[in-house]
Amino acid sequence: MTDAIQRPRRKNPVLRTRQPTLPPGARSRAALGLTAAAAEGRFALQTCADCGAVQYPPREACHRCLSRTLPWRVQPAGGELLSRTTLAHSNDLFFRERLPWRLGLIRLDCGPSVVAHLHGDCGEAGSRVRVNARLDRAGQAALVALPHEDTPNMTDDVQLREFTCDPKYRKVLVTDGKTALGQAIVRALIEAGADVVWAGHAEPWKRLPGFDTVEKHPQVTLIPLDLTDARSVREICAEIGGRVDIVVNNAEVHRNHGIADRPGTDAARAEMDVNYFGFLRLAQELGPAMRGRGADGQSSAVAWVNVLSIYALANFPPHGTFSASKAAALSLSQCLRAEMRPAGIRVINIFPGPIDDEWNQLMPPPKLAPAALARAIVGALRDGVEDVYPGDVAQEWLARWRDNPKALEREVAAP
Amino acid sequence: MTTNVPGSDVANRSVLELLVGALASGEIRVVDLTQTLSPDFPQISLPPEMGQCWPFRIEEVSRYDARGPGWYWNNFSCGEHTGTHFDAPIHWISGRDLPHNATDTIPAEHFIGPACVIDCSEQAARDADFLLTAEFLRAWETRHGRIPPRAWVLMRTDWSKRWAGERDAVAYQNYDETGQHTPGPDTGAVRFMIEERDVLGFGTEAIGTDAGQGFHLRPPYPCHYFMHGAGRYGLQCLTNLDALPPTGAVVMAAPLKIREGSGSPLRVLALVPGKVR
Repeated sequence: MTDAIQRPRRKNPVLRTRQPTLPPGARSRAALGLTAAAAEGRFALQTCADCGAVQYPPREACHRCLSRTLPWRVQPAGGELLSRTTLAHSNDLFFRERLPWRLGLIRLDCGPSVVAHLHGDCGEAGSRVRVNARLDRAGQAALVALPHEDTPNMTDDVQLREFTCDPKYRKVLVTDGKTALGQAIVRALIEAGADVVWAGHAEPWKRLPGFDTVEKHPQVTLIPLDLTDARSVREICAEIGGRVDIVVNNAEVHRNHGIADRPGTDAARAEMDVNYFGFLRLAQELGPAMRGRGADGQSSAVAWVNVLSIYALANFPPHGTFSASKAAALSLSQCLRAEMRPAGIRVINIFPGPIDDEWNQLMPPPKLAPAALARAIVGALRDGVEDVYPGDVAQEWLARWRDNPKALEREVAAP
Repeated sequence: MTTNVPGSDVANRSVLELLVGALASGEIRVVDLTQTLSPDFPQISLPPEMGQCWPFRIEEVSRYDARGPGWYWNNFSCGEHTGTHFDAPIHWISGRDLPHNATDTIPAEHFIGPACVIDCSEQAARDADFLLTAEFLRAWETRHGRIPPRAWVLMRTDWSKRWAGERDAVAYQNYDETGQHTPGPDTGAVRFMIEERDVLGFGTEAIGTDAGQGFHLRPPYPCHYFMHGAGRYGLQCLTNLDALPPTGAVVMAAPLKIREGSGSPLRVLALVPGKVR
């Protein structure tokens, strides 16, 4: 079994901080299908539409019948470990710094034999294992073999942690700790073992119900972070930027307006100022410090989580300006992802449907409970996924949007 | 002022000369009644579904860097009612149809006037919801003389010290579940000042010329309702009122000349008697 990780010792300040390196990141366009599925936590392989053969590695034509119709299909995770080896040497900078490194040859139940990164609890050749595609530090899918059944402390496996962003013993900034969602996120992170949670506390004279219980946690430090205030963002980031391992950017303004029902731009501007410009200000101030700590030991800087909205994909006219601000934030997150990737820092986007809060009061159920959304965020960090669509509404919107975005546009515009 | 300008008023010139001399000698001192405009200064907050006054925000344009190699400057944004600010009559529904009711049309001579400073600091320290009454004003007049026409009445509460010292936004706003608790005038005091003393306007140290609980007075927000309805002005978020004498100060409070502006942040200065020569 895996040894539980311990709270890391304090950093030796006379030693140079190790700079981030990445595993090989080049992929063919076909191979990016594996990444696309892994980004959402799915293990998919190409399956020949003509003969049914499952393909690995990804390719342009079926290895059996040369058909070019190879749709991606979710595959069962099971397989048999045929052999295992431990690398003691590598010329690749990333693996060289992380030796020894275990690899296994696995025959998947769905057909192909694959080489996968091997969890330490996988046993000897002949053992049953589970194989999934996980995003590596380069943001690309790689196959990871896990033991057939969960083992104690298995998420603490040092190799597996190179694929995840587990908050255990990490220091987390939650940009708004005041709202019901913010409070739920803070609590979920503490339960997940976060060492420190900085909870943003803008406009401190506004006390929201339940906040007293949040600030009492010994792990929690309140900070007067206001994403609309460039100076506040700069000061906070200067103060804690060198220690933040995970950002959960959940600060948002949400009003219930389209274009015609509210004169002027003040509400839309307030949404944009937090949801888009606030995100930009924070990324400008905090991004460089985090990028410098992408390989800073066990508790390195590792992830940036944005709480977006499913309306970022397609405008929901009754909340039209909010949707637009989240679409802008989605676009910016893709820029941030590109800029954070060289440091191996994952940008995770959460696309919830209506959250059960006052700004969705008039939305019919089902609505996503703040605690459920907080669990989804922690789950995304632990699993190392990149895009999460938590809850039934988000899943349904996603399916409709993927099937036919124009149809969804018409459907949500119906009176 | 030494050249003999043909047609100039000799008497006026000599008064101004005296003023300049007194300022230079310290016989007249300038007291700044203005809070610094900064992003963290507490902002008036309405229920969140309503339109909001922007807080003060400032972002660099350049600072001797690639964005502008030799110079430093900022862009800022704020509402008309941010920081230490002036309320024009057009701010309130009761003053909407008055002539010269906006920041660009108010006669410029209204921006300079004498000030009567009503010390309510002990009362406000005991009771955050302290309401200034007409009786209180009359009692003040027995000690300091009648409030002259066209004077500012400034309500000193030392409320500004909640921000000026500890920068304690929570104490300055002083919210609880029933809203804000800050001192202000009651309806009778407002009507007395307008109808019986013909004041220029009313100024306070907290956010708003009305008390924090002014919504529950009759009418709601009586100072806004009656002062602006009578074409009078408001000043709020003032500071350093404890450095003013009860009478004898002259306040200069000129808002920005915003077209049809309902108010504006401004620098409020008071001239006060200094050392005697």
